Amino acid sequence: MNQLTKTQIAWRAAQDLINGSIVNLGIGIPVLVSNYIEDEQDIFFQSENGILGVGREADQSRQNTNLVDAGSRKVTLRPGASIFDSASSFAMIRGGHIDVTILGSFEVSVNGDLANWDSGIPHKAPLVGGAMDLATAAQSTWVIMRHNTKNGSPRLVESCSLPLTAPNCVNRVFTDIAVIDITTQGFLVQELIPKVSEEELKARTDGKISIAPDCQELRIPNGIV
Amino acid sequence: MPRGSLKLPSELVPESSIIMDLNKRINSVENIVGKIKNGSTIMISGFGEAGVPNRLLGSLKKLGPTDLTIIVNSVTRSHSLPHALIEANMVSKVITTSARGRGFGLSTFEKKLRDGEIELECIPQGNFAERIRAGGAGIPAFYTPVGFGTVLAEGKETRRLNGKECILEKSIVSDFALIRGDQADKYGNINFSYTQMNFAPIMAAASKTTIAEVREILVTPMEHMQIQLPSVYVDHVFATGESA
Repeated sequence: MNQLTKTQIAWRAAQDLINGSIVNLGIGIPVLVSNYIEDEQDIFFQSENGILGVGREADQSRQNTNLVDAGSRKVTLRPGASIFDSASSFAMIRGGHIDVTILGSFEVSVNGDLANWDSGIPHKAPLVGGAMDLATAAQSTWVIMRHNTKNGSPRLVESCSLPLTAPNCVNRVFTDIAVIDITTQGFLVQELIPKVSEEELKARTDGKISIAPDCQELRIPNGIV
Repeated sequence: MPRGSLKLPSELVPESSIIMDLNKRINSVENIVGKIKNGSTIMISGFGEAGVPNRLLGSLKKLGPTDLTIIVNSVTRSHSLPHALIEANMVSKVITTSARGRGFGLSTFEKKLRDGEIELECIPQGNFAERIRAGGAGIPAFYTPVGFGTVLAEGKETRRLNGKECILEKSIVSDFALIRGDQADKYGNINFSYTQMNFAPIMAAASKTTIAEVREILVTPMEHMQIQLPSVYVDHVFATGESA
């Protein structure tokens, strides 16, 4: 294998979360990040439907239809968790009280524009949810996505072709082949899969990209499929 | 009591008039839901399966008023009751954060949208919540940076505040709120089980008439620390009798 699976990307993003952080995970692959946090770590996951302190996904015996997260998964609460209404939840988000949000995306531009809410499929209706609120107001916005589309087009682009979620908001992108920061000098690669050359990386990316002087090897974790 | 008229000190109000008037318990939902007429605007609580007033929605679907505007967080699930109202041709406008049907095929709602048979206003969820909150709090509009620079802000007034580009968002109010809680008392105080709460408190405050279905109605008044939605926002409570 010369690339990470989506689950492995979620594991990689989890490694960068700092103890004590307030973190909101987007639906889909980002929620898997919480599976790679140790129980003794005090990271509080916020869910937009009104939870601060989402615990593990509920097993069959503990499922309660009244306790769900933003992706409608049946979940548990961690010690010290609280529950509140949607206006309070979005005041928490929009007031800048979320340290990190980790979202999926279709495209990220070189200046940090995020396009993750409208896939452009004809006649499919829009679904924006809390993405614009999170991307606009979280202290940091990280993205988990594949480096390229199924037909090989870049998702890291000079400028987004799909409708924007928020301009100039993304700080860090985790893809299947690299960890990339958004900087004033363009995409800056902090970690790269060893089997991917700089030439290949540039060919698969649209927009200015350079390798950080202290760029590390992006490791594929053992035991995570 | 007319506005501005003097209120009697509580010790001069006969006790019986307080007790007798304030019983918001209803034993059947049809009469009250029947007040929802063609053209009404309805807020519907719920996020995922939590807090959806299925009993009230089932009754509304049977009664069948048309030309409704529904204000609901999500209509992505084809098998949900909010979506069933759309399928029954009762809805002319949907205000929501999540309109896209699941999967690649088109939902009934998406087909109606494509064919111009229904109107959609899609709003970021924080703007949705805050517009409803503002509606219940008497705030006609507010500025927010959320949505600026996106297609959802097209045509909205903008202003630079605190160094950020913002858009003007107007409050939302409605004729009815249909909500789901866990317990109520006869005064209309309500509490919720876990994430059942979601939009219920703000929708109740932003609507002229709030109808709440709950698992049970307590015999004694709810203790103040148990109350998550104060009675003033609730007009009718109905016990579904389901187990916890």
